[in-house]
Amino acid sequence: MHGLSFDIAHLLAGSLVLVSFVLLYQDRLYALLNVYALHATVLVLSVAWQAYIQDAPHLYITAAIALLFKAIIIPIALHRMIKQLGIHREIETVVGIGPTMLAGMGLVALSMVVMLRVTADADSLAREDLAFALSVLLIGLLMMVTRRNAVSQVVGFMSLENGLVLAATGAKGMPLVVEISVAFSVLIAFIVIGIFLFRIRERFDSVDVQALDQHRGERR
Amino acid sequence: MPVIVSLWSVAAFLALCPVAIGFARRPLGTPLVYAACLLVSLELLLQAIDALVSGVPGSSMVLPLGVPWIGMHFRLDVLSTFFLAVINLGGAAASLYALGYGRHETAAHRVLPFYPAFLAAMNLVIVADDAFSFLLSWEAMSLASWALVMAHHRVPDNARAGYVYILMASAGTTALLLAFSLLAGPDGGYAFDTIREHHPSGIFTVLVLCLALIGAGSKAGLVPLHVWLPLAHPAAPSHVSGLMSGVMTKVAVYGFIRIVFDLLGPPDWWWGLLVLAAGAATAVLGVLYAIIQTDLKRVLAYSTIENIGFIFIGLGLALAFQANQMGSAAALAFTAALFHVFNHALYKTLLFFGAGAVLTATGERDMEHLGGLIHRMPQTAVACLAGSIAIAALPPLNGFVSEWLILQAVLESPDLPQWGLKIFVPAAGATLALAAALAAVCFVRAFGVTFLGRPRLPAAAQAKEVDGFSRMTMLGLAALCLLVGILPGPVIDALSPVSRSIVGTAMPPQIGVPWLSIIPIAEARSSYNGLLVFVFMMLSGLFAAVGIHRLASRKLRRAPAWDCGFPDPSPVTQYSAGSFAQPIRRVFGRFAFNAREEVEMPAPGDISPARLRVHLHDIVWDAVYAPISGIVGGAADRLNALQFLTIRRYLSFVFFSLIALLLVLAIWS
Amino acid sequence: MVLISGLVVQGVQMLLVLFLAPLLTGVIRKVKARLLRRQGPSLVQPYRDLLRLLRKEAVVAESASWLFRAAPYAVLASTWVAAALVPTFATGLMFSWSADLIAIVALLGFGRFALALAGMDVGTSFGGIGSSREMMIAALAEPAMLMIVFTLALVAHSTQLSTIASVFLSSHIGLRVSLGLALIALIIVAIAENARIPVDNPATHLELTMVHEAMVLEYSGRHLALIELSASLRLLLYISLIACIFLPWGLATQDSGWEAHAMGIAAYAAKLLLGGVALAAFETSIAKMRVFRVPEFLGAALMLGLLGTLLLFVSRGL
Repeated sequence: MHGLSFDIAHLLAGSLVLVSFVLLYQDRLYALLNVYALHATVLVLSVAWQAYIQDAPHLYITAAIALLFKAIIIPIALHRMIKQLGIHREIETVVGIGPTMLAGMGLVALSMVVMLRVTADADSLAREDLAFALSVLLIGLLMMVTRRNAVSQVVGFMSLENGLVLAATGAKGMPLVVEISVAFSVLIAFIVIGIFLFRIRERFDSVDVQALDQHRGERR
Repeated sequence: MPVIVSLWSVAAFLALCPVAIGFARRPLGTPLVYAACLLVSLELLLQAIDALVSGVPGSSMVLPLGVPWIGMHFRLDVLSTFFLAVINLGGAAASLYALGYGRHETAAHRVLPFYPAFLAAMNLVIVADDAFSFLLSWEAMSLASWALVMAHHRVPDNARAGYVYILMASAGTTALLLAFSLLAGPDGGYAFDTIREHHPSGIFTVLVLCLALIGAGSKAGLVPLHVWLPLAHPAAPSHVSGLMSGVMTKVAVYGFIRIVFDLLGPPDWWWGLLVLAAGAATAVLGVLYAIIQTDLKRVLAYSTIENIGFIFIGLGLALAFQANQMGSAAALAFTAALFHVFNHALYKTLLFFGAGAVLTATGERDMEHLGGLIHRMPQTAVACLAGSIAIAALPPLNGFVSEWLILQAVLESPDLPQWGLKIFVPAAGATLALAAALAAVCFVRAFGVTFLGRPRLPAAAQAKEVDGFSRMTMLGLAALCLLVGILPGPVIDALSPVSRSIVGTAMPPQIGVPWLSIIPIAEARSSYNGLLVFVFMMLSGLFAAVGIHRLASRKLRRAPAWDCGFPDPSPVTQYSAGSFAQPIRRVFGRFAFNAREEVEMPAPGDISPARLRVHLHDIVWDAVYAPISGIVGGAADRLNALQFLTIRRYLSFVFFSLIALLLVLAIWS
Repeated sequence: MVLISGLVVQGVQMLLVLFLAPLLTGVIRKVKARLLRRQGPSLVQPYRDLLRLLRKEAVVAESASWLFRAAPYAVLASTWVAAALVPTFATGLMFSWSADLIAIVALLGFGRFALALAGMDVGTSFGGIGSSREMMIAALAEPAMLMIVFTLALVAHSTQLSTIASVFLSSHIGLRVSLGLALIALIIVAIAENARIPVDNPATHLELTMVHEAMVLEYSGRHLALIELSASLRLLLYISLIACIFLPWGLATQDSGWEAHAMGIAAYAAKLLLGGVALAAFETSIAKMRVFRVPEFLGAALMLGLLGTLLLFVSRGL
């Protein structure tokens, strides 16, 4: 196709999926946050590259917002939060890391099959971006499902949102307003969850969500 | 090769049965029966090889036996000829081995009469050309092998093994019966020719495929229908175990190929997916269970399950390629599967014979009691080493060649149009590689614990090398493994008519390739040369040996083992079979065995020993069979009441059943 | 004439790998020592060690069989043949078609099989623990390796190393994520197969942390020399493999002249040096992981391989 520009877009989107897997592989909270910052950085690069090849300057703004909030502010804030909360720095998983990664592979395969079949007549760059974005999104969901720790669930949610942004930039013509609103909604969600975390901590002395379930009288 | 030769041989085997009954309790009986079986098998083997190499077309005939006016159809085509060769190679080897091994048989009168019958039935399945004779000989094969499994029926576990086996065999035959009834021609034509002309359509195709997978798969040992196999195969006398594992499972593969590739018509792409999935699951689970067993023969039986998985992966690939008109790839996959059939027949019989030799020499099958046999039984050890290298799919032996071919077929998969296959086939390939690597773990363990190290019990320390016939058979089979491994080209060429008749195309001829390499698709793509690899390894090993012995120190001193300065003379401090399996158990424990470990650690100061208990479960047994067995048991308890009724009640049952059947008949027509 | 020059190149390659292998080990040890601010042994120390071992008498345990004494030769033979078939400085080696990438990996597997059996031969607990863990690691590395082969074969339409190298050298492959993934996966596999940190520590002599070293604990004298040499050869093989697939620049072709071959050798030396330094730096910066963390590590390699394949399907499917 366009040779190099296509290759680089492919490379960046593919790396985003890869970093999603790295997120799944982590078993320490701080490392998880660092990898999340990397995830966001790759997203920023990818968006910026899309801005360049699509010649869409507003995407640069999206990239700048993402860089500022997702790659810098949120990870730092979460770092501080963990330090303040003094919580256990290992990630408790519901399912082992190996099976989770296998499930992740299955999800990637699934999203490839679905996306490539559905978007048969779209632009090849967009098709590929959509397939990758769906994978990132599903892996983010998977992470939220398989982690007990609230912080890693937050990270899962935000990586999911990164997938959304990737999808949005791949498909041409997404208005800036929508993107800014998406970015802010995440920020708000983050703040809400942050406060929420403190509350859980105050009440139950743990951020293991299982404690919540127990409080509700549910049995696992 | 005319079919009549094969039928006469079957008749000869059958004629041996009464002779065997007569001679069973005399010392002459054993050599007589086995020698006769050896001769007949050899004759059939040579005929079959001759027919395969010269490419003479088969023939067919109808015997006026069985169901009146229909008769029994028999036909010998290239596919049957190949399997005939495999069966009789195994048969000849087992008979030769049994000439020596059979002398130690304590229950010869329960083995001898059934042995020729077993061989006859397997040969008859291959030549059967109508559903009736196929099922008849299939069932005869099951029953004869069941009788052989029950030869030592007083051993506690054997009775259960026989029970499970006969149940599974009946279920399998029922499935095949149903499959054939769905396949039958419009006016009940059960001859294979008639069936071939009328393919079933729609839902019937699905049903037949599933029934064939169940029927043939249960005999071959596909997961989850494998449960009887690791019980029954080890229970039989070792030469029969070798036959059951090495050969009878191949008859089941034949049955599957005959029904699915030949009778069922052109394949759909998802058939391949189904067969591949079954094969991949079988391969991995089979080898994982093999790794945790400590009974030598049971390890081998589970490893048979794994190899059947390999064969079905090959067949599944062939179906997928054939459905997409990818002729050369289909031929490659199919040839690879058949090659693996042949290879497995070679090394699995060899290894079972080795296990039998160990059993004769020590009276033990449990690896935890053995060890150090390489010193006492050097020739058996060499043969088993060759078999282990072959089954671990390592070059330059034959197991590697067929695995390599299957992997080459896997590498053809990106050209498949269906996404499901495209994504699943590489995953199946990775599973295959995992299973092959785990097979290496399994056989390092099996060979290492049995033959290497120090004897764990006096029985192992006082073992004696077995008789000449057994050693000759084992070494002969080991030599064949090596020969096929370094010269795979002729085997591939011999398989090409089979592939052409079943999938329509064949692999390119290998005979003219320079340096005797094998080239499955194209030279730039991939090639392998077993001969050169073997020669190079020999040369460089020799070079190193000569160089070192010429130039460096040749001094050698025997000393106690070093063991980091704390050698313990007691042989129980060796790594045992259980400890060798521990890493694998731990890695795959949760998902494959539902493993649980309990540690009992005594309090400080307490002098009682600490204990580690490991609970392993067969997940398939727990998930599938335990519920079924519960339901059947419950139902049987209910129906038990029927045994205590009055005569009048029984008569009324008969009466009402009759009326009900008549009613059905009346409504139906 | 073509035959003779082919034979010469093949012979040069065989001797080159055999004699370079200890030097590579020496370089890695030196760089590691320098990174730790130690002086480190001289570059030729591995050669000296080998010579010293060769001159000593071999002490063999009383319970050892012939297999124990034969295994080192088998290991060396299989590793050497495998190393001789990987294109190092020239593609299209005389006998390179006799084994493709899958067969080369399997040849290494043969050596490992022999060594694992030898580990069990004496009948001690350390030999067994080493064999058992080594085989487990190898078994888990195998599927990852196959996925790497699959990815490469998807791009190059071949499993023949010479062909892969020339495809990667000549045509425009472009930047492919999947190749990057395959590279990372291959590095992980190489680390595991060569018993390097973080999977195993080649320098350790603390019993319970050793895998490979525990397996060869009973060896001494010339047998140990052969095993050490094979280990170096195997490391060289993997670095050559990575270099020939992912850095194929400078490889001489079959019909090029002597200058190209000389250039090829120089480029090869540079690549080896690069690989050695990178490995040393990596090993210095990371700690050894627990044995039961290794499956996850290798599982990651498998994931990368699978992911690479999937991504390639995507770009092919467009």
